[in-house]
Amino acid sequence: MHNKTVSELIKAIEKKEVSSLELTNHFLDRIKKLDSNLNSFITLTEEQALDKAKKIDKEISKGVLKPLSGIPLAQKDIFCTKGIKTTCGSKMLDNFISPYDATVVEKLNHAGMIVIGKTNMDEFAMGSSNETSFFGDVRNPWDKDYVPGGSSGGSAASVAARLIPCSTGTDTGGSIRQPASLTGICGIKPTYGRVSRFGMIAFASSLDQAGVFTRTAEDSAILLTHISGYDPKDSTSSRKPVPDYVQECLKEFKPITIGIPTEFLDGLDNKVREVFDDNIKILEKDGCKVKKISLKSSKLGVSAYQVVAPAECSSNLSRYDGVRFGYRAEDVENIEELYKKSRSDAFGAEVKRRILIGTYALSAGYYDAYYLKAQKIRKIISNEFEDAFKEVDLILGPTAPDTAFKLGEKTNDPIAMYLSDVFTVSTNLAGLPAMSIPMGFKNKLPLGLQIIGNHFDESKILALAHHYQKLTDWHTKVPEEYGE
Amino acid sequence: MVNNMWDPVIGLEIHVQLKTQSKIFSAASTDFGADQNTQACAIDLGMPGVLPVLNEQAVKMAIKFGLAIGANISNNSIFARKNYFYPDLPKGYQISQYETPIVEGGSIDIMVDKNIKTINITRAHLEEDAGKSIHDIYSKETAIDLNRAGTPLIEIVSEPEMKNAIEAVQYLKNIHSLVRYLDISDGNMQEGSFRCDANISLMKRGSDVLGTRAEIKNINSFKFVENAINYEIQRQSEILDQDKQVVQETRLYDPTKNETRPMRSKEEANDYRYFPDPDLLPVAITPDLINSIKSDMPELPSVKRKRFKDQYSLNDYDTQILTSNRELSEYFENVISNTKLNPKSAANWIITEVLALANKSNISVQEYPVSYDNLQALLLNVHDEIISNKQAKNVFERMWNNGENAQDIIDKEGMKQISNTDELNKIVDNIIKNNYKSVEEYQNGKDKLLGFFVGQVMKETQGKGNPKLINQILKEKLKK
Repeated sequence: MHNKTVSELIKAIEKKEVSSLELTNHFLDRIKKLDSNLNSFITLTEEQALDKAKKIDKEISKGVLKPLSGIPLAQKDIFCTKGIKTTCGSKMLDNFISPYDATVVEKLNHAGMIVIGKTNMDEFAMGSSNETSFFGDVRNPWDKDYVPGGSSGGSAASVAARLIPCSTGTDTGGSIRQPASLTGICGIKPTYGRVSRFGMIAFASSLDQAGVFTRTAEDSAILLTHISGYDPKDSTSSRKPVPDYVQECLKEFKPITIGIPTEFLDGLDNKVREVFDDNIKILEKDGCKVKKISLKSSKLGVSAYQVVAPAECSSNLSRYDGVRFGYRAEDVENIEELYKKSRSDAFGAEVKRRILIGTYALSAGYYDAYYLKAQKIRKIISNEFEDAFKEVDLILGPTAPDTAFKLGEKTNDPIAMYLSDVFTVSTNLAGLPAMSIPMGFKNKLPLGLQIIGNHFDESKILALAHHYQKLTDWHTKVPEEYGE
Repeated sequence: MVNNMWDPVIGLEIHVQLKTQSKIFSAASTDFGADQNTQACAIDLGMPGVLPVLNEQAVKMAIKFGLAIGANISNNSIFARKNYFYPDLPKGYQISQYETPIVEGGSIDIMVDKNIKTINITRAHLEEDAGKSIHDIYSKETAIDLNRAGTPLIEIVSEPEMKNAIEAVQYLKNIHSLVRYLDISDGNMQEGSFRCDANISLMKRGSDVLGTRAEIKNINSFKFVENAINYEIQRQSEILDQDKQVVQETRLYDPTKNETRPMRSKEEANDYRYFPDPDLLPVAITPDLINSIKSDMPELPSVKRKRFKDQYSLNDYDTQILTSNRELSEYFENVISNTKLNPKSAANWIITEVLALANKSNISVQEYPVSYDNLQALLLNVHDEIISNKQAKNVFERMWNNGENAQDIIDKEGMKQISNTDELNKIVDNIIKNNYKSVEEYQNGKDKLLGFFVGQVMKETQGKGNPKLINQILKEKLKK
């Protein structure tokens, strides 16, 4: 059952080959059996999941079939879930139970999905290796000495290990695409504004965007169709109508023009370059036109990102003050001490580092030099993408500079860690949609191909990804231990 | 009081709570006085993952204010976060506007010594109110009530163009009157719907270099504003007279001691780290919206003052008072509407009699125990000389105190006019007989004398004669 894709499971449920309860139990068992080594879940929602599965089965027996009835799902623990703990990977919210559902959660629940658990993540989504979580590291199913990437490490690892058919994630600078690349699965970050941010705990509001992890492009299209759309609770969500991404993804593929930014290939690891080039040749042979393009300012992306994201996070995380919810320090004398002690005790080192950087960047006298300058770079990066999309349909490159790295390898070198986002941050700065799909291996560890589209061109991205997956079989590979 | 060497320079920042149904970024109610923390939703509490959604009504009200002061309405104003930690500020930042406010420029006129002075307004921006910290419930802890958190405000910033406390209070009163005319705020100062910060500095006479200013925070009555400014002018001039420096700081006014004292100095001041709020889009305002608000504007105090002067021949003093608030001006116009009442005498009545009693019992127009039609009935009796002005004052006091009806009192007290034709005929005959000379003059064309005869008859009837009938009889009998 766990080897079936979402689209296959939908059919199995429809044909009553399997019940929702059976599916739920199957994946719960798998998680219980196999996740202890991976640590991809923070919370299992067994009781609620079984109740919902029974409810869905009853509905199905009465002939009520919702589009995703009975399909199990894992929610990244950044999405608020009513009545279920939402920690955001932090000690700060270890005791936080939200009184509301995030819009993404509400939509998928409404479509009939069953939430099996909440996945591990870097604390407040700040990290690229899932090593900053208060709830422990997540391991890469391909090799447990390696990180799964981050911040959505638990969501990626659980799908890669087939502990769950699909999961949600969020991507502020690469937090969906980089772990998808490092664990050999599909991860899509749609256009900024495509999916509501309501109930998704904010890291950097102008960059955060929800998306999904699946094993196939078609599955991504299925889930994306259900989470997208305007939400009156999020002023930055788009009113653009949502296409049927599944239809768009499955329709006959017509060759397109692909742009390859030279900046993404300069100094790239030889083996990664080789794998990437082989894939471009496949697409070229299939009729796609390949064009070298230049995104000159994309190299400034990480620097601009490391100003904008911390600046916003320093403000977004001010609400965790121990006054109304979350961790509250005991034995304090006054309010100042309550703030200091609560925040010192409950935030991890990386979160503190970013709050400090962000506070500094916004301070009087530094605002122009840092925050404003970063915003200018952001605009330039956007403009360069805009120009590029006048010539090409999609932009391709490697998702990450290399495969997964070892646990602890970069924890003492934040800059090296930040550079693992070098190919992903630019699209967040420009608000563009992008997806990572598996494109091969280096030393038995997966590599991801990044497909970047123009604003609201998710359909084009999914169509190419789906077509590519008909030409190749990388997406069917499974880590040895989790195959059967 | 003030040393002649120093000229005060005063600017005000006025915080006006807008009368919207719900909060500026959430659907929670803005009603005052509910149980603590019952009107604060997840958004007001700053819970994880929640997002603000701008209340359109608040935007419309801000535009209304901007149009009323002749300001420029920005069609791309931006919300910014003002970051600081305070227990009654749930998010750790206040959503406000910083570089691009919704209202820019504009002005308002005030009366100073019977002259008009224009006070320029720098800007007015939209922002959310904070909650309240309550220190007197628990002995060691502070309680937080977040009902007020997220209540929409406009902050109106004036240019530093006021020269003394009287001008500042006049300006404050005019803004207060204006926001009530516009029906965008209840202006209730006790409940904190209308409060102000005063920036005060002293400038050496003849110099054009501004002195160091002190900011007095959160003053919530006209009287306190006046006292606080006067105290501050005195304090600063004493410092400067001794060749010392005024410290730039934020001060609090204590009404019980009538003094200001330091709250925090510039060094301790927060660095608010303003930046555009990424959760909210720039506020785009279409010309259509502005036009629809324009067409919906009530008559503004300045326009009304001019109209009262032209239409009712009232003087500056009368118009100033009658238009000082919308309800009073409407009360006045209702009293004289569709009647032969003389506007000037009605105005006098309201200004002297009505306002005297209203001020004594400190009540607003909406609470007047005498409705406008009841006052109208009384004044008609006076106009028709059915009762004298003096009698009317007594009647009015009874109406005010006991809620009685004008006509009832007049009837009950036998103030009723004499309408018996025979009786009046006899009196008129007598008067004609005794004033032969005047009769002759009248008949020779001196029409004005009719009043004299009416007066004579009234005198004879102790003011109770029906003037209409008297007129009729007199005219008939005086015919050649």
